[in-house]
Amino acid sequence: MDERKIRVIVAKPGLDGHDRGAKVVARALRDAGMEVIYTGLRQTPEQIVATAIQEDVDAVGLSILSGAHEHYFREVIELLKSEGAEDIIVFGGGVIPEDDVPSLKAMGVKAVFGPGTSTSEIVEWLKNAVHERRTKERV
Amino acid sequence: MFKEEELERISKARLKYEEGVNKATQRYPERKSTFTTSGGVPVERVYTPENVKDLDYVKDLGFPGEYPYTRGVQPTMYRGRLWTMRQYAGYASADESNERYKYLLEQGQTGLSVAFDLPTQIGYDSDHPMARGEVGKVGVAIDSLEDMEILFDGIPLDKVSTSMTINAPASILLAMYIAVGEKQNIPMDKLSGTIQNDILKEYIARGTYIFPPKPSMRLITDIFEFCSKHVPKWNTISISGYHIREAGSTAVQEVAFTLADGIAYVEAAVKKGLDPDVFGRRLSFFFNSHNDFLEEIAKFRAARRLWARIMKERFGVTNPSAQKLRFHTQTAGCTLTAQQPENNIVRVTMQALAAVLGGTQSLHTNSFDEALALPTEDSVRIALRTQQIIAYESGVTSTIDPLAGSYYLEWLTSEIERRAQEYLDKIDEMGGMLVAIERGYVQQQIQDSAYAYQKAIESEEQIVVGVNKFQIEEKGTSREILKVDPSVGEKQIARLKALKERRDNVKVKETLEEIREAARDESINLMPRILDAIKVYATLGEVCGVLREEFGEYKENIIL
Repeated sequence: MDERKIRVIVAKPGLDGHDRGAKVVARALRDAGMEVIYTGLRQTPEQIVATAIQEDVDAVGLSILSGAHEHYFREVIELLKSEGAEDIIVFGGGVIPEDDVPSLKAMGVKAVFGPGTSTSEIVEWLKNAVHERRTKERV
Repeated sequence: MFKEEELERISKARLKYEEGVNKATQRYPERKSTFTTSGGVPVERVYTPENVKDLDYVKDLGFPGEYPYTRGVQPTMYRGRLWTMRQYAGYASADESNERYKYLLEQGQTGLSVAFDLPTQIGYDSDHPMARGEVGKVGVAIDSLEDMEILFDGIPLDKVSTSMTINAPASILLAMYIAVGEKQNIPMDKLSGTIQNDILKEYIARGTYIFPPKPSMRLITDIFEFCSKHVPKWNTISISGYHIREAGSTAVQEVAFTLADGIAYVEAAVKKGLDPDVFGRRLSFFFNSHNDFLEEIAKFRAARRLWARIMKERFGVTNPSAQKLRFHTQTAGCTLTAQQPENNIVRVTMQALAAVLGGTQSLHTNSFDEALALPTEDSVRIALRTQQIIAYESGVTSTIDPLAGSYYLEWLTSEIERRAQEYLDKIDEMGGMLVAIERGYVQQQIQDSAYAYQKAIESEEQIVVGVNKFQIEEKGTSREILKVDPSVGEKQIARLKALKERRDNVKVKETLEEIREAARDESINLMPRILDAIKVYATLGEVCGVLREEFGEYKENIIL
């Protein structure tokens, strides 16, 4: 398949301190052979996007349990666009009501993983999504 | 607890039983080769007096209200007074939260518990750039005394006790509460309640720190000193294992790291010259109640015994009130599932029952919809009713510590205490909890447990009903959830702007400078100066701003 390892940022935007999920997912992605950059807490959308570009990542995963998901996904996606990096895959998870998922997808979030998702499901999804992105790039 | 002769008879009888078991398991093997508690403590097939033969009833268990308080901190426990039913609540602005509190009090809740939004917890006013998108989301937004006046409007502060989940800016919120009390003509020595004020677990597990450890510890001990003199009924800290457990720790780690934090606070206060026999009376604790029913009950009992021994033997405390581990419990949020959420009502019931059988002083029961969003009024009512059913219908409140004497429970209580003590010894060897946190040791231990738990779920070694077994198709089950009004941020900013135009800005500036001066001089207690500033409507963000300038900010030690 692809030669280059998948590079992904797992980020905690805003003030939310719940990092159990983010860290478990980051570790699972790493164990699955990906290069994972975990940002730590209290990242602004600007910091996340700057890291994404600097580290030349395939994907950005946001973990939000504070109810501020609309705000942070929108900011990150808009900033990626303004940097011409809208091809970077944005996905996320946390306590995100199902009713909010359609609007997140409409703004460009590729997948939202709620509580109870297995890490293997996230790993598989991300591998496929990155593969698709790279195939497109080559065309 | 048993005579030699009796133990010999039991030992013989056991051999016979085991023969029978061997025959049976050859034909019908047990479901698993090894059984453990949820925290990985190996569990035997059956427990007998042999497992608790070294237990000394008077020394290790004693009577309720007596050292080492294994059986409870009060002599009559729930026969005298039931635990305080205290639901953690708060969202949007002070107006909405005030309404929710009045509703809960009408429904028979006996204490308040305030949830603050993240900007408040991290010391930003609602108009700060870092607050964007977060105002009023996970709790109520409090910028100034004005908001606090609205929050407690029509609630007499001498009739309720109030717990506030606030850590880094705890002094500021306590000062606001005192100021609201004064406006209601209630002097501060009549106020009762709790501030969480536990910064160490913020570095470890919860994340709402502001300042580095040293000035943070100073803020905490300033509060101990101030309250010992002026607010004697106030619990000055709630040393919290809850969030450590939510972050993924085991039951043993929850006890060990919480008590290690406790030791660090006591040491800091003693170093400041405070008397542990005095401030020790107002230390309180906060634990999680998780799924493994018997392990949780044993955990509460073990924590009580271990803390009493620490206070007595390590710190030489003789005042019984300062040896007692009094605690609040919340059922485990991390066990709530988004799948088939009604099942959570059953989980919460068992967790709440464990807390009661473990002798809790107050209890929050989670609402079944909290894996989806903030709870609705209906789901909160069911959660409160769960406590009331345990209290008034189950019969478990009629006698104290009814599971004492169970061979398994007593063995497990001792085992948890022993394993927690091993961690405490290790932390002591490292040079104490501050060093252990700085090195990332504690965080790493918790994360390893969290990851192991997740893997166990994925290998189906750990079953979560409705998640990795017994799933159903749940498409299109759109249910009512609570949504925070998106305009709350704008309203809050407008209120703040109006306040800043109306108040005496010269006085605000003066009082803020006095805080700065005290921040630079450790011999001055910060509390009275913060109180002065709050009373002239200096905002939370302004006070924290000065302290940020003086103390600097904590930078996370990222462990993965």
